Amino acid sequence: MADISSNFLGIKSPNPFWLASAPPTDKKINVLRAFEAGWGGVVWKTLGSQVKNVSSRYSAVDYGGSRVMGFNNIELISDRPLAINLKEITECVKLFPDRAMIVSLMADNNRESWHELIKKCEDAGAMGFELNFGCPHGMTERGMGAAVGQDPEIARMVVEWVMEKATIPVITKLTPNVHSVVPTGKAVVEAGTNALSLINTIQSVTGIDLDTLVPNPYVAGKSVFGGYCGPAVKPIALKFLTTISQNETTSKVPVSGIGGVSTWKDAVEFMLLGASTVQVCTAAMKHGFRIVEDMCEGLNNWMDEKGYAKIEDFIGKSVDKITHWEDLDINYHITAKINQDKCIHCGLCYIACEDTSHQAINLDYGKPYNTYTIKEDDCVGCNLCKLVCPVDQCITMEEHRVAPEYINWKQWQEQGLPLNDH
Amino acid sequence: MISNNRLTEAEYKVNFSDIHPPYTNVNAALVDANRCLFCYDAPCTKSCPTSIDVPKFIKQITTANIKGSAHTIFSSNILGAGCSKVCPVEKLCEGSCVYNLLDEAPIPIAQLQRYSTEKAIAGNWQLFTRKPSTGKKVAIVGAGPSGLSCAFNLSKEGVDVTIYEKESKAGGLMTYGIAAYKVTPEFCEDEVNYILSIGGIDIKYNMALGTDITIAELQAQYDAVYLAFGVGLARQLSVPGENLAGVVDAISFIYELRSKGFSSVPVGDKVAVIGLGMTAIDAATQAKRLGAKEVTIVYRRTQEEMPCTQVELDIAMLDGCKISWLAAPKEVLGTDGKATHLVCTKMKLGEPDASGRRSPIETDETFTLEVDMVIKAAGQMPFETLVNGSSLNHKSGKVSVEDKSVTSINGVFAGGDCVNGGREVVDAVQAGKDGAASILNFLF
Repeated sequence: MADISSNFLGIKSPNPFWLASAPPTDKKINVLRAFEAGWGGVVWKTLGSQVKNVSSRYSAVDYGGSRVMGFNNIELISDRPLAINLKEITECVKLFPDRAMIVSLMADNNRESWHELIKKCEDAGAMGFELNFGCPHGMTERGMGAAVGQDPEIARMVVEWVMEKATIPVITKLTPNVHSVVPTGKAVVEAGTNALSLINTIQSVTGIDLDTLVPNPYVAGKSVFGGYCGPAVKPIALKFLTTISQNETTSKVPVSGIGGVSTWKDAVEFMLLGASTVQVCTAAMKHGFRIVEDMCEGLNNWMDEKGYAKIEDFIGKSVDKITHWEDLDINYHITAKINQDKCIHCGLCYIACEDTSHQAINLDYGKPYNTYTIKEDDCVGCNLCKLVCPVDQCITMEEHRVAPEYINWKQWQEQGLPLNDH
Repeated sequence: MISNNRLTEAEYKVNFSDIHPPYTNVNAALVDANRCLFCYDAPCTKSCPTSIDVPKFIKQITTANIKGSAHTIFSSNILGAGCSKVCPVEKLCEGSCVYNLLDEAPIPIAQLQRYSTEKAIAGNWQLFTRKPSTGKKVAIVGAGPSGLSCAFNLSKEGVDVTIYEKESKAGGLMTYGIAAYKVTPEFCEDEVNYILSIGGIDIKYNMALGTDITIAELQAQYDAVYLAFGVGLARQLSVPGENLAGVVDAISFIYELRSKGFSSVPVGDKVAVIGLGMTAIDAATQAKRLGAKEVTIVYRRTQEEMPCTQVELDIAMLDGCKISWLAAPKEVLGTDGKATHLVCTKMKLGEPDASGRRSPIETDETFTLEVDMVIKAAGQMPFETLVNGSSLNHKSGKVSVEDKSVTSINGVFAGGDCVNGGREVVDAVQAGKDGAASILNFLF
């Protein structure tokens, strides 16, 4: 059995799966249920000045019969009185001292407010802080949340205030509502943050009710941009995470990965790109806390299979595998192969290639089943047919190098090699 | 003893309720519709005699475009609602669904087709607009699937259509010849009304070709004639005792079931059904469902050669019908003019015949079944006398055509069972489309 426990800047948890700052972590009853279910830690829903929420608050994107492929919300920070939150944090820590208790903060924009909030939370038993510089709705109109995270200099200033006071680890949570997370990431690392987390939610409109013509979520005939999350945002989160993991400055601090993590496989992917822990929200909101069972078991089995004894053995292992396009090997060439014994003659590969790619699949009409074969000379190895094929291992990509030696785009140009070979 | 009124109303209701119930909610339909892979040049479409674009209509269910879905179906098959209930889909669209090749259950295409088409009929959605009248007039003989399909496709193009129908209701074998647990007479009526709602189609009921009208008269009054009078006469057994009371033919038996209440249809205690086509199954299962104690299907070949599908056979078996394989009727014995026993010859299989199936050969052995009712379902005969009385070219009563529907008489077209000798409803629908295309080509 692999050891899946985590030690994030001294904050220990039995597994690297934390619940993200969100509705599932906004009160004792939820958090205790989460700990009982086996979650390694929580980031308590953001504390700050008293706010008031609206109804409704969530909307989702369904796809191909699956509910909640993407999810958005317009909820603000915790709307419960600070004193009650603090009291419940203390009680949760006491009942589950082995779990990570991070508290998310979004104080008003002045040093005193931050210092006061930090003091109260530390007194309540918080083990770490996460600075909410990412919330993209509501709070931004008041100059907080993403309004802070989108401006590296404001973010730097706030982190400096926090670091003056905090005695426990500070994680700064980054907003993806920017062209790059690196400038703010660099600024807050330089200002002394102990760690980063990303991504927060992405501004979005999930859809429009075609009867009322009002976008979702609906609030008395109007809507606002909501923060988008769930499985749909994972690829974007992984990209932002990679840029943080590859930057000289930001890669010096540990990262907690967030954005569409639903399964142990998603978690491993975040960790391979540099996250030390992952945070989950949407998947738990869709299925309940019980999903952590398979996350732990799946991670453990995968680690055993691959021979990793502890999570540090594989964290970051894929970071250097994402390179620049101009460094890719141009002589690498693959072509598709259709296994006729597995083919079910659905024609999806054919029509995808014929209509939208390289006309590299041959069709022999049959009644009722057509036969599809690859025109190897025309195949550019784009993967499309394999991606749309509904049968496991029916279409495989086979390597046929153009030449044995590595050559990249820069060298290709320098040598004046021919273009348009397809 | 042959008697009616064997069961309670509640029992009849259960026995004759929908054998393939529809989806009860949209989610159930979506679960199945979303499984569809949306195949290209789809095997299901190629296996449909009317070439319904199955992936498209299923995709349209997933996009909440049910009107579009129904339009897709009806564009290819205006009897798409009825076909969703009576088609032997296990050997057509569903039988070729690519999921079969993954050893997975195929998409329930018929049920999904029923979902869209029933909504269209219930809502009386007008999905087609008739072109302005061209002034051309066409007479159609027979308001069965072939005639209705032809009429719809002609009327859509602005042709004024008059259908001559010998019964008092339209629908042909859909209305009079199919098991009640597949389609109810009420459904057939709704479907016919929906087809007619495009306008331009007039049906003259109780008008039979040969007695009330002739082809020559129709030719004189109309620009073209389409013959779709089907088949009708049950094939005789040609064995001694065939005229004893209690020996009936399946077509008449089912006709009675369709036109009277279930409780007024008499059935025996011990029933033998001769033949194993779809009609034989419909007769056997319904005899059982009317309250017959024992039903034995007598078939002269084996399961390998049977004309019905496995799904149909399973219905009969689950209803408790017995099958006597490799047996052919030799004689019906009786007392006081009533059938009491069916003597059968045991058969063996010989060389393949013209149909490619191994032909049954008589042996010297016989066995006897105690019966009080024998239902003959050994196929239907073309209206040979009727056809003989015309100048139509034909083969043993089956109207001969070229280019799918052109008969030997100029301006007279034909299609469906009267041409092919009796096939599926969906084949008749396609014949009607082909007929309409030929007629339009002839007229314009």
